[in-house]
Amino acid sequence: MTVGLPHFLTVGALLFSLGIFAMMTRRNAVALLMGVELILNGANVNFVAVSRYVDHGVDGHLMALFVIALAAAEAAVGLAIVLAMFRNFGTVHVDTVNRLKG
Amino acid sequence: MSGDLVFYGFAALAVLAGFVVVFARNVVHAGFALMFTLIGVAGLYALLGADFLAVTQTVVYIGGILVLVLFAVMMTRIPRQEHSRRGLDRMVPAGVFAIGLFALLYKVITGTAWPVSDPGEAIPTTKAIGIELLTNYVFPFEFTSLVLLVAMIGAAILIRERRPEPPAPVAEVAAVDGDPDLGVSE
Repeated sequence: MTVGLPHFLTVGALLFSLGIFAMMTRRNAVALLMGVELILNGANVNFVAVSRYVDHGVDGHLMALFVIALAAAEAAVGLAIVLAMFRNFGTVHVDTVNRLKG
Repeated sequence: MSGDLVFYGFAALAVLAGFVVVFARNVVHAGFALMFTLIGVAGLYALLGADFLAVTQTVVYIGGILVLVLFAVMMTRIPRQEHSRRGLDRMVPAGVFAIGLFALLYKVITGTAWPVSDPGEAIPTTKAIGIELLTNYVFPFEFTSLVLLVAMIGAAILIRERRPEPPAPVAEVAAVDGDPDLGVSE
């Protein structure tokens, strides 16, 4: 069977599921952000694949470009939060930072 | 047919490295595995005819975000807690959920009749993307620059050094350390 749209969508779904799994199991905040990057990449693969096989335009490419730009913003703010967390709590484990817990 | 082999190579690279990202106990190993995932995804973009996007992925993700992530790993390293333990109580429900999610997505992907048509020869997309960005997508384009500016300012504010208030506990410690004779004479 020659490679077509479903193959690319399957790769995207795999990356997405791996990212969800990482976000549910990781305690380290930096590793959580890596899970987010996996999810965004899985979504991007879908955008570009559908753009290639169904739409034939560059609309999907533009959507993926905006996702990459927002991922850069998200990484900057997220890692700044991680550093502030490390400075204030001395840890990067998300389940030990529970000062607001009643 | 060689295109198929290239696809399976890049897809295997991306997915296998993704497994390492998820399961590696050392965060540095996860970060380097993320690099291979991003390279694999960039290869998939190139295979899909998205040349501009493949280059952007390489420059922004591997050259920017990944370096940022590795810097964050470096600056937050705690040797004692290097290996974060993960109990089965969290792995099992998360694994069931993730596998179920993938099964659902796979069923949808294979069960849908996609309106696929022949993509034809891949042509360079840079010119088309540039034209679209400055005509139909000019508002999201400008808005993205605003978002990036706000994120930059926000990150700088979040990590700026705060002056601590007058060092009351330090003075106390200095008083104790200051006269060792007091302890000896008693």
